[in-house]
Amino acid sequence: MPIHDPHDFPGRLIVVEGIDGSGKSTQLSLLQTFLVSEGYDVSFTEWNSSPIVKDTTKRGKKKNLFSPTTFSLIHATDFADRHERSILPPLQAGLIVLADRYAYTAFARDAARGCDPAWIRSMYDFATRPDLSLYFKVDIDTAVARITGGRISLKFHEAGMDLGLSPDPITSFRVFQNRVLEEYDRVASEFDLTVLDGSRSVVEQQREMRKLVKPILKSLRRTHAPRAGAANTPLHATGTR
Amino acid sequence: MDTHFYGSGLAKLTMGSELPGNLIVVEGADGVGRSTHIELLQGWLEGQGFAVSSTGLVRSALTRRGIELAKEGHSFDRTTMALFYATDLADRVEHEIIPALRSGFVVLADRYIYTTIARGATRGLDPEWLAKLYGFALVPRRVFFLRLDPDELIRRTLRRGGELDYWEAGRDIGLAPDLYSSFRKYQNLMLEEFDRMAAQYDFTTIDASRSVEDVQAELRREVANLLDPTLLTPVVDVSDD
Repeated sequence: MPIHDPHDFPGRLIVVEGIDGSGKSTQLSLLQTFLVSEGYDVSFTEWNSSPIVKDTTKRGKKKNLFSPTTFSLIHATDFADRHERSILPPLQAGLIVLADRYAYTAFARDAARGCDPAWIRSMYDFATRPDLSLYFKVDIDTAVARITGGRISLKFHEAGMDLGLSPDPITSFRVFQNRVLEEYDRVASEFDLTVLDGSRSVVEQQREMRKLVKPILKSLRRTHAPRAGAANTPLHATGTR
Repeated sequence: MDTHFYGSGLAKLTMGSELPGNLIVVEGADGVGRSTHIELLQGWLEGQGFAVSSTGLVRSALTRRGIELAKEGHSFDRTTMALFYATDLADRVEHEIIPALRSGFVVLADRYIYTTIARGATRGLDPEWLAKLYGFALVPRRVFFLRLDPDELIRRTLRRGGELDYWEAGRDIGLAPDLYSSFRKYQNLMLEEFDRMAAQYDFTTIDASRSVEDVQAELRREVANLLDPTLLTPVVDVSDD
């Protein structure tokens, strides 16, 4: 099955995983800037963004129509559509595909919602196995501090509010995301995710991320030569804090 | 009926080992008379004092609009399609079928997982993957397969002033340059899948080439045997309804 076997497309697939507030999106966006400045062709895809299911997800969330099973299924539908349209073509064309969350998100989150782990895994059998999967591991306190510092409120499903764990969003988030973290640990060992310490500074993490990415880019075609100095700009910009 | 699922069932759903109602499925191609026979069965059963509800593909409140929109678009990939239909069914199993069965209803389902399994398999998806995907589906009490030769199906559809449907002709998979040939090829492939599933899922195959009266009479005999053999005493005669 594709999710277990290395692909033979000319492109490279790099995915980031982690709970909300783990810093994965920040890191991926820094990596994207870096790779582009290095002369690579890069495309980006994000969890839960397919135009085909957007309406349905919105309706389901607004009217609270989702059960753990349908929530899981609609995300698999979303993923299948993006896999077909936004992941396979760039991989076939030899690009670097950066994915903010991948099937592993479903393995961790849907299992935390009570879906059968074997069922969830078999649903995503068709997913291309990434060349590099980075899991940004943080503890709940760090995640909560980052989210409440930056955003106004926690997202309903991200806090597991649909499960009725607690009427308080922060408490619910803690309970639910703790379960997600446990599942992530299982997924990380099962699928060989590279675990990064998400509590370190942005710069430290980015440096490690670039080090991990480098070997998998060997022999990959570039559109232009690296721009002198450009590569380090984002690092210096954020590294002054 | 006994509560059995094809796989691990539905997450977070507590049910007894038995549901007082009965789930009866009618499968078959578009144009074989599924909806006519379901309507006739429903009227007959209600006349006998049974509470009856009917459900059909893509009728879920969650996904109906989304699937319609996706079918209008330019690309609806086979995996995405299978998952979207699975979402629809899961939503109806949880929100329509199980509640009705719990209240003792006879639920008549106008198609079930088998049509979507056949569609996926015809489009090259692994039947085993499809079967696993539907692990959340309740095993029906009985599945009637209205079987009709595709050539007869075409004549029947056209002489009623109907058109050969784009999706029912499998136009998305490029089987033939014209609609008629594509429809014919596609329906033959679908029939092969149904015949393959007939043994696996224990279908009761009904010869749908006969008159509505004959087919309905056979269906009523079968349903009576299932629910209450005394229903048969006044011999079924559709023309007297």
